[in-house]
Amino acid sequence: MVSSYFKELFDRANQGRLAYFFVIAHIFAGTYLVYTQPRSNLAFLVLITSFLSLYFFRTSSRFKLVAGVVLALVIVPIVGVRNIFYLEVIFQIAVFAALALGLNIVVGFAGLLDLGYVAFYAVGAYLWAFFGSQQFYVLHFAPGTQPSDLPFLLPGDTFYMFILVGIIVAGVTGIILGLPVLRLRGDYLAIVTLGFGEVIRVLANNLDKPLNFTNGPQGITPIQRPTMPDMVVDWFNGIFGGVVGHDVSPANLYNLMFYLYALIMIIVIIFVTRRLNDSKIGRAWTAVREDETAAIAQGIPLVRMKLTAFAVGASFAGAMGVLLAASRTFISPESFSFMQSIGVLSMVILGGAGSIPGVILGAATVTILNLQVLQGFSLYLNELRQSDAVIPIINFAWKDLSTQLDPAKYQRLLFGLILILMMIFRPAGLIPASRRKRELDRDETK
Amino acid sequence: MALLEIANITKTFGGLKAISDVTFSLDKGRIVSIIGPNGAGKTTFFNTLTGIYKPDSGTIKFNGKSLVGLRPDQIAACGIARTFQNIRLFPDMSVIENILVGMHIHLKQSALQTLLHLPGFKKEEKEAEQKAARLMEYVGLKRVENELAKNLPYGAQRRLEIARALAADPQLLLLDEPAAGMNPQETEDVTQLFRNIRTDLGITILLIEHDMRVVMNISEDICVMDYGEKIAQGPPSEIRNNTRVIEAYLGRGAVAGQHEEKLQ
Amino acid sequence: MKQFLKRINFYELVRPVGQMLTFSVGSAVCMSVIAVVLALILDQTYIGADIMEKYRVTLFTYTMINLPQVVIDGLTIGFVYAAIALGYTMVYGVLEFINFAHSEIFAVGAFVGVEFLIALGSAGVLSGASLPMAYAYLTLAIFLGMLAAGGLAVTVERVAYRPLRGASRLVPLISAIGVSFLLQDVIRLVEGVTTGQFNRIFPTFGNFDARIIFGKLAMGASKITMGISVKSIIVIVSAVLMLVALNYLVNATRIGKAIRAVAQDRSTASLMGINVNRIISLTFLVGGLLGGAAGVLYALKFTRIDPFVGFFPGLKAFTAAVLGGIGNMTGALLGGIVLGMLETFAGSYMGVFTMGAAGSEYKDIFAFSILILVLIFRPQGLMGKHVGQKA
Repeated sequence: MVSSYFKELFDRANQGRLAYFFVIAHIFAGTYLVYTQPRSNLAFLVLITSFLSLYFFRTSSRFKLVAGVVLALVIVPIVGVRNIFYLEVIFQIAVFAALALGLNIVVGFAGLLDLGYVAFYAVGAYLWAFFGSQQFYVLHFAPGTQPSDLPFLLPGDTFYMFILVGIIVAGVTGIILGLPVLRLRGDYLAIVTLGFGEVIRVLANNLDKPLNFTNGPQGITPIQRPTMPDMVVDWFNGIFGGVVGHDVSPANLYNLMFYLYALIMIIVIIFVTRRLNDSKIGRAWTAVREDETAAIAQGIPLVRMKLTAFAVGASFAGAMGVLLAASRTFISPESFSFMQSIGVLSMVILGGAGSIPGVILGAATVTILNLQVLQGFSLYLNELRQSDAVIPIINFAWKDLSTQLDPAKYQRLLFGLILILMMIFRPAGLIPASRRKRELDRDETK
Repeated sequence: MALLEIANITKTFGGLKAISDVTFSLDKGRIVSIIGPNGAGKTTFFNTLTGIYKPDSGTIKFNGKSLVGLRPDQIAACGIARTFQNIRLFPDMSVIENILVGMHIHLKQSALQTLLHLPGFKKEEKEAEQKAARLMEYVGLKRVENELAKNLPYGAQRRLEIARALAADPQLLLLDEPAAGMNPQETEDVTQLFRNIRTDLGITILLIEHDMRVVMNISEDICVMDYGEKIAQGPPSEIRNNTRVIEAYLGRGAVAGQHEEKLQ
Repeated sequence: MKQFLKRINFYELVRPVGQMLTFSVGSAVCMSVIAVVLALILDQTYIGADIMEKYRVTLFTYTMINLPQVVIDGLTIGFVYAAIALGYTMVYGVLEFINFAHSEIFAVGAFVGVEFLIALGSAGVLSGASLPMAYAYLTLAIFLGMLAAGGLAVTVERVAYRPLRGASRLVPLISAIGVSFLLQDVIRLVEGVTTGQFNRIFPTFGNFDARIIFGKLAMGASKITMGISVKSIIVIVSAVLMLVALNYLVNATRIGKAIRAVAQDRSTASLMGINVNRIISLTFLVGGLLGGAAGVLYALKFTRIDPFVGFFPGLKAFTAAVLGGIGNMTGALLGGIVLGMLETFAGSYMGVFTMGAAGSEYKDIFAFSILILVLIFRPQGLMGKHVGQKA
């Protein structure tokens, strides 16, 4: 009943000029708040949710495009360089949105529950980590014993080429992994992909002997980034310095650059996904997902279709892996655990499997919950611990609360709750997928 | 050469012979029914024909080509389409999309054409849509192109399944109890539709049916199965009076008179 | 008394013991033979020479010396896996559903048992306890672990699985994954708030750490020690008792018949008057009881537990269930013992056999590899029958 009341309110606001007004007001409010209160989480949330307004309010496509571009390419970056923490959040949202979009192809379109998606992410990351660092020259050294003046194997600018290499290698890995297992039934497939994911992680942890490919649990560092000429730094500061309030360091500018690259990846993935979805391939995927027996009776080759989805999803993860390695300049097996796979899955499930805007919303929500809300609790709890406050009824002093209790680490709780609650209450997700409506020319059917 | 030639196929599940040494031949352009009591093996026969099961022994030849061991999607590509006993539409896809899926075999768009929306892709999609619209009209579905398949009334769902099967331009159409659950008017309409399909489109029809009105009305030949065996085959007039058939349906000692009344 | 004795189905008491013996001895012999043959072969290569240099014995001697301990360890962990695997296989048999959260049921059992004993230890009860009392406390801990785990399993089924029973197969599986993750952090939360610790250590008391030595065999210049730790005996004996009890329940009681009926055909079973929901809850309960006991036994054997302790044993036990044939109880038993053996042999010998190239960390992906291979090549497992499925 409450939701229908809000829905009514929204419908009334969502008309004509009023819609434009609300969206612009939201964007302005967010921008203003963040500009004047760079440390306020709430302000940041207001700004980020303006993307939602942009999506839901009925405004012209051109307006949405322009506003979206301004938001994503101007407002958000400036906000980011004023507060580095936000830049980190924004970058993570972008990376996870791309990953979630990739997993969406596998889970949402083809209906394959892949619990080891992070393996392809790892493949891409370690690919660039190996070739873009000194690791080649470290092959015969045990981890931690290598001299520090070794050369890098390839120049940092080959990063761009390696995005392509990452796509291909991850795609091929997807095909190799998928061929034997994609004919398995859904729940078995899930467990097997989980197994694969873990195998990749253990390999990453242990391929430091006899030859040191991955440098074991310590991970590989430093990994090169593509060069950023000083010219660009000066140019950026020249134009935006005033708005930002101070000179932006090359390090921060790098973060911005990778954020932009992540955005580009997202756009490419959305483009590819939408085109594929609205074609014979996309319809075949949906058919396979809804009823395999009927699908195969229409002549749809099951394994080949599943393999295609699997490989496409894998290749996107591989590209993001390369991006991750270059942006962090450091990777370790920890980033590629089962928990990460489940994290991406929870983003897809929360947003709506098979729905592109849904999945992006899911990624943003989970990332914000993870990085900001959980962190926020953590900081708050720490403040309580410093103080002399006491929990009222049971008279328990906050400072006696063990430091073991750190909400920032409780991702499993977050992911687990999301999965359970979504499955029980809203399995289609926050923004469910919908089929395109077609206009048939009635005259031509004579 | 007959369109479909089946010789001595047997299919066993555990200890049970679902189909036992069945031989059957179907000429092009005919409408033939398969009838028999429940559990006679009729749907298993269809499933074996379409590759869902592999026969334990025997041969299946379609246009001279052996179908044994082929996957169902490969068999569909040979020109055999089917409908299912319990309707198997794609519930969350629209009507028009269900039919478009039926055309999967014939759509030639490549991934590259799809990604770049090359003219070849756009043309093929447009033509496919138009063909799907025509099929909708042909089977009698009006104005429901964007309706989700699961929201259609029962009769419309059956028609949609037929439209989807026709979308593949098959040579042979297998219909599994297409008139089940229909009232007399709907049954009459759908029987006429089958005749049209054979006459207009030249498609050979093999159907499993329990409704004797449909069977007697439309079949040129009837094949009767019981306990996995083919016990009779012939035109309706012969089958009507065949004692083994009567026994199979009504059991031994059925009164001949009562049975005569029922079949006429 | 005579009446009571008459009503007991002795066959169903002896049969499982016979199976356990066969599986244990069979897998022990097979693995030992393989290991020894490999050692003999490798002794002829440079690996053997390397071992000779490092340890002054042939690879064969090294293998033989360690063999008894490896076999015992393999059996011990094998029975633990079997106990956990039964939880997976029973639920799968009844619902065709993989209870992903079973690994955390196991973990909760472990924690409840351990915390109970730690509490006793702080109260000073454990240090002076006599031997019989020590065993009594241990048994009590196991019971508490069982109860907690069983109760949790039933609750989870009610709250997170039953509402989803009509949906497609993947929906409850995703929910189960969610429950598993949630429980891991709930355990961490509870532990963090109450004890402030991440790891918990099983208290030392009683004679559990003692070893019983049967004798020594001379082998060239070295000796093979035949001995078994009391812990291992306790684990194996407890597991055997539970498995026999479970087998009796399922195969020789009315309730067991109801469970088997529901597993075969749920709708027909309900038509026969069986309350399917209750049977399903009971199945979860029994699986949980076993898992909880396995948890406490695991804690006894390996001493240290943390909130994520369930993940690997759970996954490996699932592998064991699949290896034996999911849905098949004897299969779970076989799979558990075989997997335990395989893993322990791999862990102990792989490092040496490959000159350190493949360390014992690889034994974890050993189980995964087996899982993947079984599902690809023989999805019905070792004991499953490949009956063609009717579409």
